[in-house]
Amino acid sequence: MNALPCTIYISFTGALLSLAVGRRSPGLARAVALASALTAWGIALFAAFKFVPDAAGPVSLVDYPWIPQMGIRYHLAADGISLTLVVLTGLAATAGVLFSWNVEQRTGEFFAFFLALIGGVYGVFLSADAFLFFVFYEIAIVPKYFLIAIWGSTNREYGAMKLVLYSFAGSALVLAGILWAYAAGGAHSFAVADMAQAAVGFSHGQQVWMFALVFLGFAVLAGMFPFHTWAPTGHVAAPTAASMLLAGVVMKLGAYGCLRVAMPLFPVGFLFWQPMIFWLAVIGIIYAGLIALVQEDFKFVIGYSSVSHMGFVLLGLAAANVRAVSGAVLQMFSHGVIAGLLFAVVGRMVYDRTHTRKLADLRAMSLYKRLPFAATVFVLAGLASMGMPGFSGFPAELTILIGTWQTAPWAAVLAAVGVLVAAAFTLRVIQVSFFGHADTAKAAVDVAPLPPITLAEKCGALLLLGATILIGLKPDLLLELIRPALQTPYFQAVLKGGAL
Amino acid sequence: MSSSLPLLSLIVFVPWVGALVLLFAPKLGAWSVRVLALAFSLSTLALAGIALCRFDPSAAGYQFAEGHDWITSLNVHFRLGLDGLSLVLLLLTGILGPLSMLASWRQENNPRLLNLLFLLLQGAALGVFLALDFVPWFLFWELSLVPAYFLIRLWGGPGATRAAYQFVIYTIGGSAFMLLGFAALFLATGTLDFTVLSGLASSGALATKLAALGGIWPNAVFFGILLGLAVKVPLFPFHTWLPSAYAEAPTGASMFLTGVMSKMGVYGFLRILWPLFPAALHRFAPGLLWLAVGGVVFGAFAAMKQTDLKRMVAYSSVNHVSYCLLGLFAVCSLSRPSPDAATAALTGTILQMFNHGISAGALFFCVGVLEARAGGRRGIGDFGGVRTWAPLFAGLCGISMFSSIGLPGLNGFVGEFLIFRGVWGLVPWAAAVSCLGLFATAYFLLTFWQRVFHGPKAGASESRFADLTGIETATLAPLVGLMFVFGILPQLLTVLINPLVTSWVAHLALP
Repeated sequence: MNALPCTIYISFTGALLSLAVGRRSPGLARAVALASALTAWGIALFAAFKFVPDAAGPVSLVDYPWIPQMGIRYHLAADGISLTLVVLTGLAATAGVLFSWNVEQRTGEFFAFFLALIGGVYGVFLSADAFLFFVFYEIAIVPKYFLIAIWGSTNREYGAMKLVLYSFAGSALVLAGILWAYAAGGAHSFAVADMAQAAVGFSHGQQVWMFALVFLGFAVLAGMFPFHTWAPTGHVAAPTAASMLLAGVVMKLGAYGCLRVAMPLFPVGFLFWQPMIFWLAVIGIIYAGLIALVQEDFKFVIGYSSVSHMGFVLLGLAAANVRAVSGAVLQMFSHGVIAGLLFAVVGRMVYDRTHTRKLADLRAMSLYKRLPFAATVFVLAGLASMGMPGFSGFPAELTILIGTWQTAPWAAVLAAVGVLVAAAFTLRVIQVSFFGHADTAKAAVDVAPLPPITLAEKCGALLLLGATILIGLKPDLLLELIRPALQTPYFQAVLKGGAL
Repeated sequence: MSSSLPLLSLIVFVPWVGALVLLFAPKLGAWSVRVLALAFSLSTLALAGIALCRFDPSAAGYQFAEGHDWITSLNVHFRLGLDGLSLVLLLLTGILGPLSMLASWRQENNPRLLNLLFLLLQGAALGVFLALDFVPWFLFWELSLVPAYFLIRLWGGPGATRAAYQFVIYTIGGSAFMLLGFAALFLATGTLDFTVLSGLASSGALATKLAALGGIWPNAVFFGILLGLAVKVPLFPFHTWLPSAYAEAPTGASMFLTGVMSKMGVYGFLRILWPLFPAALHRFAPGLLWLAVGGVVFGAFAAMKQTDLKRMVAYSSVNHVSYCLLGLFAVCSLSRPSPDAATAALTGTILQMFNHGISAGALFFCVGVLEARAGGRRGIGDFGGVRTWAPLFAGLCGISMFSSIGLPGLNGFVGEFLIFRGVWGLVPWAAAVSCLGLFATAYFLLTFWQRVFHGPKAGASESRFADLTGIETATLAPLVGLMFVFGILPQLLTVLINPLVTSWVAHLALP
């Protein structure tokens, strides 16, 4: 447990090391990256196994004064929610390294940026101080830009710029909201628990607008409709490992911020905006799903599917009861794994071999015969993404649906429509991408044999598949971590319905 | 009746183990794959035989029950149990599973994957018939779509892509709303266990708890679950996916889809919707009865209009499966149905599920034989005088048709007769209108018989038409044999379900 902060330090050290050795030997840089990702993940898993929930709140890990004049502390803490997401980060990082084994261009720098991003993400999930949270959040933005702009594909300059501008705009809103709350509260502390205490005294108007600023800022990063457009563009432009991490983990930073900072700090403000968030969540689920249904680029389908799935997370948050929110956190984990898997198949297994992502071209290739492993993985990942029972998406969506019934039955009905849309676009893309008929479509691409799937790819795919099936069959492993965290006093003001 | 051997888990999971074995044995030759898969598939029949021997036919409750904790945060248990209804369907699956594999014996295109999918499908169907908790039940229910999709998509006819897509999307569309309904049930009761829920329902507590949702929502829950089941059966007018899915599927898959998968929906009506929502089903049964009658009549008349033999048989399935729902809805529509008539209708419903599986499976196989000999053509005008070339085939196919028409002495008669006998006593007009369906069925099947097997030799059977091969005979003959067995001795099945039906009828009065 006390080793958890090391996940951050290991990642940053790994980044520096891989930068240092990268020029001399790309192979060494890969090894360094894999070693640091694995170690950090191991620490996270170990901490999650050993974790004993504390009814009072997050367990403090490190707490030093940093800028005492402003009451800013270097304070790291963990509870079941952060642990869940830290484990997800470790998993996604490890799989991401495995799926970038073939990066030959400036290998050392690639892994340096990749690990720096991971370090920032770990930092966000472990911060208990709002200012520190924000610092790590900003640290994570910079490597995103370089990863996309240097190693990206289609339209990478545009994608990188759009993604980073949206991120910065979002964080500016967050910063404004937090500073306002800090100034108005007068508690002279950035600790989220203290800030929540101080916010109780705010007027209704203050709560409403502070919440709006902070929530919107985070929700942009979570891909909330209508501020989601950066996500598909950015994720499509990114190199495979970055897409996996951006969709899989970085989008969760936004949702995590909504849950950890925006909602408990301003419960009154949340109540005011709750109906609006419901609407935006269900519109996001259905709209992004319909857009995914008509995409002609394989990777864009996955990009939009991420927005649709993040809508479920927002829906769970909007329902604001323990059950729905525990479902939302489970969905964050689940989507992190599944999105990673989908992007890995599209970007690494298919695009790196066929050099096309146009569904019309892929349709002519009958890829299931030529890449049976990739086809199997994609079918399984697609089923998980559809919310099939037996995969992690199912318990998450079921828990969210149950919780949503409690607060807003009509939103649950619309979400069920969303489940149908998700099935429709997933099945369509499975059908067209891998199971097209070579004879019916125009044979646009020659049938030279494709390079076989490498060992690194197989390991990465099995890792992620194993995770989604394990959690699909044993969701208790995570739900029992998440639920106690939501029943602590910190979340009591905003979450209703503590019991079953 | 507890036994140390987890018999039901074995029944469900042995086919899946078989699928895993095939998955990890990529080097096996085609013949070994087929034999191995067939052996795993036959395990169901063998284990069902054991269950049959140990089954206590005088008890109405669940036997061989198994339960394990599964997801504590959702109060989900992995519970399996077997009663007369499940046992009948278990036997049906055990018979049709291996036979659909035999029907695909000659498929040279990736037999390993084909048989693997068949085993997955069989395991999933068995799970549906045995699970007693919503989450495991839904797991099997949804997972059955995956092998079915790929069987249609990869080995199906020219329109298979669209048919398979339509099939899955329709079913998942229904399932999404069913899931939603169960989410609400969980919220109201804190459990998803079918036996607990039906206990709550029969005391009236479930309706009270659901009423707390307020407004239209309690009815929305009922209709959500109804929709999920109705699409699967299918109940008219949710049947539009069926003709193309059945017609485009390869022969073996069509046999399993119509024989077993359509029964999953009817089973859901009997096992879930009726016990959980007796009052709501009673309230809406008059309207639903119209839909069932619509399915009976429309299905038969639509079949009459088909020139494609496989679509004809597919539509006739809509007609036959609707009889099952006709029986159930007729019983539910009355608040004090006569016990005699209700017993007849419900017994008929269960028998019809079994018998339709046998006869429709055989008919799809016969169309498959015609299609294979004619190079993919299967129009009614593509054949003529087949009987002179292939007397054995003609004989067996003719018996299957008469079973489907409902000739006394063959199995199809028993279920339909009991349903009509019951429905006449309950809702006479429904029985009267449904007779139209009987006449139309007789008409189109006899037309099929005449045009294909008699008359001048024509089309694909003009110059030659080979009679059944050994494997084909081995597929069709057992089905035809069973038509006689259960036509002459229906008590072999009724003895298994009598206590169950009696207890249903005893609890018909609404709280």
